[in-house]
Amino acid sequence: MKNFFTNMKKSTKNHLITYAGIIVAYAIMQILCGTGVASNLIKGLLVPICVYSIVAIGLNLCVGILGELSLGHAGFMCIGAFTGALATKLLYDYIPSKILMFLIALVIGTFFAALFGFLIGIPVLRLKGDYLAIVTLAFGQIIINIINVLYIGKDEAGLHFAFSNPNAINMNEETGVWLINGAKGITKIPSISNFTIGVILLIVSLFIVYHLVDSRTGRAIMAIRDNRIAAESVGINITKYKMLAFTISAAIAGAGGVLYSHNLSTLTATTNNFGYNMSIMILVYVVLGGMGSFRGSIIATVILYMLPELLRGLSDYRMLFYAIILIGLMLFNWSPKAIVWRQKVLSLLPFGKKGEKGKVE
Amino acid sequence: MALLEVKDLGISFGGLQAVSEFNISIKKGQLYGLIGPNGAGKTTVFNMLTGVYTPDCGSIVLDGVPITGKKTTYINQAGIARTFQNIRLFNDQTVLDNVKIGLHNQIKYNTFTSIVRLPKYFKSEKQMKEKAMELLKVFDLDKEADLLASNLPYGKQRKLEIARALATNPKLLLLDEPAAGMNPNETAELMDTIRFVRDNFDMTILLIEHDMKLVSGICEELTVLNFGKVLCQGYTKEVLEDTEVIKAYIGD
Ligand SMILES: Nc1ncnc2c1ncn2[C@@H]1O[C@H](COP(=O)(O)OP(=O)(O)O)[C@@H](O)[C@H]1O
Ligand SMILES: [Mg+2]
Repeated sequence: MKNFFTNMKKSTKNHLITYAGIIVAYAIMQILCGTGVASNLIKGLLVPICVYSIVAIGLNLCVGILGELSLGHAGFMCIGAFTGALATKLLYDYIPSKILMFLIALVIGTFFAALFGFLIGIPVLRLKGDYLAIVTLAFGQIIINIINVLYIGKDEAGLHFAFSNPNAINMNEETGVWLINGAKGITKIPSISNFTIGVILLIVSLFIVYHLVDSRTGRAIMAIRDNRIAAESVGINITKYKMLAFTISAAIAGAGGVLYSHNLSTLTATTNNFGYNMSIMILVYVVLGGMGSFRGSIIATVILYMLPELLRGLSDYRMLFYAIILIGLMLFNWSPKAIVWRQKVLSLLPFGKKGEKGKVE
Repeated sequence: MALLEVKDLGISFGGLQAVSEFNISIKKGQLYGLIGPNGAGKTTVFNMLTGVYTPDCGSIVLDGVPITGKKTTYINQAGIARTFQNIRLFNDQTVLDNVKIGLHNQIKYNTFTSIVRLPKYFKSEKQMKEKAMELLKVFDLDKEADLLASNLPYGKQRKLEIARALATNPKLLLLDEPAAGMNPNETAELMDTIRFVRDNFDMTILLIEHDMKLVSGICEELTVLNFGKVLCQGYTKEVLEDTEVIKAYIGD
């Protein structure tokens, strides 16, 4: 067993540790929930943690691996959430299995998020400089505003659309049902996602980004990040790989969105759940977890998402503790002493890596 | 026919005419030197040859293919690879991965293959690693393969840049001051390596250098650049004896 581990490629070892960590955490949570130890508060946090971990992984691909700042990843999450939920509303009665329904919604939501990522990338990623941050920031806000004035209804004559004026929808008032009702969003979404599906989706997302990064494509993407001119000088097609990384990054955020919307019965688009605030919050997870470290993104998400909820009892001191823990995380992740200490601890483990290479974890 | 044929190349930045009426003709297999005082425009010539700058006028033909004003990526695929005066490595990647990135267009497989880990992924990665290690060995870097590029000493970083450029399988290799910052021992070793590369890789090499010992030791022909213009061109020995050249270098 020990030989098996020491002969393994360092990156592969790292991936396995992360997968194993997730599965162990999943098993523990299942036991806690099954035995009734976990409160309803905790249970309610499980799926959102998966959602934000997935979106953070997607964003890390963009920020940490590609080296482009996006301030609108919650916007891609929003696209995934709405298109996925819409698909479920339309098809739920015709699809016999819940899992199949979720898969269809997942494919549709992911596709549309990827499409929007692609469309935004075409003009913006050709430019040198930090235009992406500005454009994605605007995108996130625009998407919310559009959805809030979008009306889609369905009756026996088919689909009806209206923009900004719901009275103009022309739908049979008795038999028609709203699919998207402007600012009221999508209601009565069948609850077909759960913690297990969330964890599977998280592992699949990790699988994709890990394999992507540790390949010819991933090296090309990181070469662009490290030194654009040198990357060009060895014949790497800059635009192609930037587009590819950004589109996949948006797609993963979209997948997180699908999971998000199927965990709620009513989905609305507000600045809090899909806007600037959320994009920045996820960016905080990514930065504190470590740029380019997907495992770090997940750990930071779990800690930072649960904290405010768990600290609720402390009422007045809540934000104080939150701030202290943020600073602690920052030190743990970035201080040279902490890094040395971490390496020492890791190298003591039988499967630990000997000395960090600053590579993607 | 010459491998590289450059005619009347010129570029200006704002009011400054950095290079003008630059001509050069390099035959296949040659080891050619581009020399001249600081600020003469040597690096600018490299930047035009590799598409980093778009020339204002003139033409560049590589092996019969016009590449004037083309993009850097295209020009590398057409067959020109280079190193940089201010080393440009992929610092956050290992030495081995730097060379693997250089092999990007030599050993290919697509993104789907890597995500799903089809057999082709493992086959190509193995091939890539072997090829990269082979190149690293030429530059005596194989023991440092797993180090981060930024952790290499300066002289080795310069060598790694050459290895990475060679990995792209070029027809013409441009070296911008390869011996800068090296001690005499390292420089002598580098001269051997450059000769070895020319002979064993069938390479044509154009190099910019200040170290006269290196230039006179390995270059067959020279072009001297002064204030953006060709001052003198020809066989190394004759050029180095030219009174104009001596004046430009030593001052009158
Ligand atoms: N991008 C640029 N913008 C403005 N001036 C430049 C640029 N690149 C080079 N130059 C100028 O062109 C001249 C030649 O520079 P360079 O080619 O680097 O000289 P060297 O022969 O030392 O390599 C210098 O005066 C330099 O300042
Ligand atoms: Mg120079």
